[in-house]
Amino acid sequence: MHAETDILFRESAAKALLDPQLRANFRRAMDGLITKRKAQFPDPADLQELRHLSTAIRSRSLLNLPALLVQLEAACTRNGIQVHWAETCEQANQLVLDILQAQGATRLVKGKSMVSEEMHLNAFLESHGIEALESDLGEYIIQLDGETPSHIIMPAIHKNKDQIARQFSQKIKDAKYTEDVDELTAMARKVLRQKFLEADAGISGVNFAVANTGTLCLVENEGNGRMSTHVPPLHIAIMGLEKVVARLEDVAPLYAILTRSATGQAVSTYFNLISGPRGEGEKDGPQAVHLVILDNGRSRIYGDPQLQATLRCIRCGACMNHCPVYTRVGGHAYEATYPGPIGKILTPQMEGVGVRHDLLHGSSLCGACGEVCPVEIPIPDILVRLRREATHQDPASSVAGKGTGRTDAEDRAWRLWAALSKRPGLYRILTWFATRFGWALPSGAPLIRDWTRFRTKPIPARRSLSERMRAERGTHD
Amino acid sequence: MTAVRPPRAYFYATCLVDLFFPDAGMAGIQLLREAGVTVAFPEGQTCCGQPAFNCGYWEEARDVARTQVALFPEDLPVILPSGSCAGMMKNHYPELFHGQPEEAEVRAFSGRVYELTQFLVEVLGVQLKDLGEPIKVTWHSSCHAMRDLGLNGEPQALLAQLDKVELAPLAREHECCGFGGTFSVRQPEVSGAMVCDKAADAEATGASVVLSTDGGCLLNVKGALDQKGSPLKVQHIAEFLWERTHAR
Repeated sequence: MHAETDILFRESAAKALLDPQLRANFRRAMDGLITKRKAQFPDPADLQELRHLSTAIRSRSLLNLPALLVQLEAACTRNGIQVHWAETCEQANQLVLDILQAQGATRLVKGKSMVSEEMHLNAFLESHGIEALESDLGEYIIQLDGETPSHIIMPAIHKNKDQIARQFSQKIKDAKYTEDVDELTAMARKVLRQKFLEADAGISGVNFAVANTGTLCLVENEGNGRMSTHVPPLHIAIMGLEKVVARLEDVAPLYAILTRSATGQAVSTYFNLISGPRGEGEKDGPQAVHLVILDNGRSRIYGDPQLQATLRCIRCGACMNHCPVYTRVGGHAYEATYPGPIGKILTPQMEGVGVRHDLLHGSSLCGACGEVCPVEIPIPDILVRLRREATHQDPASSVAGKGTGRTDAEDRAWRLWAALSKRPGLYRILTWFATRFGWALPSGAPLIRDWTRFRTKPIPARRSLSERMRAERGTHD
Repeated sequence: MTAVRPPRAYFYATCLVDLFFPDAGMAGIQLLREAGVTVAFPEGQTCCGQPAFNCGYWEEARDVARTQVALFPEDLPVILPSGSCAGMMKNHYPELFHGQPEEAEVRAFSGRVYELTQFLVEVLGVQLKDLGEPIKVTWHSSCHAMRDLGLNGEPQALLAQLDKVELAPLAREHECCGFGGTFSVRQPEVSGAMVCDKAADAEATGASVVLSTDGGCLLNVKGALDQKGSPLKVQHIAEFLWERTHAR
């Protein structure tokens, strides 16, 4: 039992719920994103068709994953992209550091990358005297405050305009206070523009890596991705090993459903296809491009036929936008790199199902996430599966930390429940008592205590339906 | 969908309707009887096993589910006044019994499971006559009825037959009310925030009754509305339909 993380999510969520500003920011933002996504999919049949196609592409890519990764490495190498493999985040961090140090690079600009968040790359590089500046506006905003992303594609969504205005006026040199969004953006742009020109290296993530052409696809809206990967002399791309697809034709449907699901855009402002360093006679582009491919538990997830669906994820964030829990507590409450529904299934698989048992139960299993997922990841089913893995030691299972979330109290509770529910005679007696004396249960009794903080006490009817049906048949209790 | 009207059907109360909403269960049985169905209500009904199943305690869930399946041996429809429990029995029992000796028997059982409004609309094609006074109601879509079982407007189709019932749209109708079974006690703060929002949205509709297919949602939303002293009533759709079609 992991006392320290047992109620981590519950406690953080409870704290977040007490912040009316935070709740208002998320509700407004998520409602807006839901509306924008909906407008992009006017025909439900078209949406389902695109979802099935995207699911098929991602499933097929995963089916051939080992071969595709080998093919990707060969194609990238042909293109002059140097490929590196990392099993752990520590290895990936070290690889990035080695590449930077070999070039004497000390100033970095970064495009948005959740894998680099997973690696805690910025902190690692800083500890080695390398400045890594986030160039995505949202990432830049949270970096100024030393925060982590609260959403995988809108990292500063927990803040509103006024909060950012105050922050900029305090943290950016010579900045005046303004609540004008264009002026605020211009302020950040001015700082970043200079940094792009001075940077020794740029780091980016990868949305799709195309195996047969060795192309790295990068989806973005601000042009900072292109600047980070194009202006500095060195570009390091980082990706999780599941990001590969077989061919360029696979990218089009995935891109179409990604931007629509994520921000409700038909296309993003920028779509970068990176196919190698500056060629002979070319006037721009980096001199060297590296690709770091990270495992960090993914191949273990890959090994399980049901859980493999987790790796279909294209990181659109639609599950968060539509989640009634995420909408109320925001991303930081999850205390994990990936928040929201996808984080609830991904984090416990990476860190151990027992360690993050709390996340597995942070869901009402309402199914909104599975309904909107562009690649049809059955998130509720996977949550239930992982709850089982957390409390049971299945010898055939390869899930990290299986069985370590088991507690005697929960075990006893379900055994008692089953003992009563499989014995109709006993259940009948219990129901009889509940109908006669249920009203007398004190509001402070366990379970009822939590219920009655927001609701009246549930009082059983004076006669159950079963009892009434027995009476109708003439077999009275 | 078959157009043949089965003269007989089983009724499965579900634990929440049995204990908290017996009038809704009774109304469901009466609606079926009125449509010409002979309703069998087997003794020994307890719980479909969903709480344990959802928490990962599949052996315990199976032990209970096995006793419940055994209550319905004849090849007759099994009708539930709950989308959530119907979803469990229809979609998750085959998963729960996968590879077990009873798998074939359980699959056959699951194929016979219906939620009440689904059965009234799709199989019986009932026509209702509204005998009540004009009233404004609002509808809460139970997540499991909608997304797990896959109800597709059946309850609304029944309400639309009642000419003096006005259906007021509920803001964020498809958002969870925060019940989620054990979720309501494992995450009481988030669950509480969700149900308070749902109660506020329901009140904002100006309706006098909130209707739903599911006991869990009803218990939750009713508790929150009562707590704040709201005059808004909460009712299971079966009970509402029965009342509207019978002069009191």
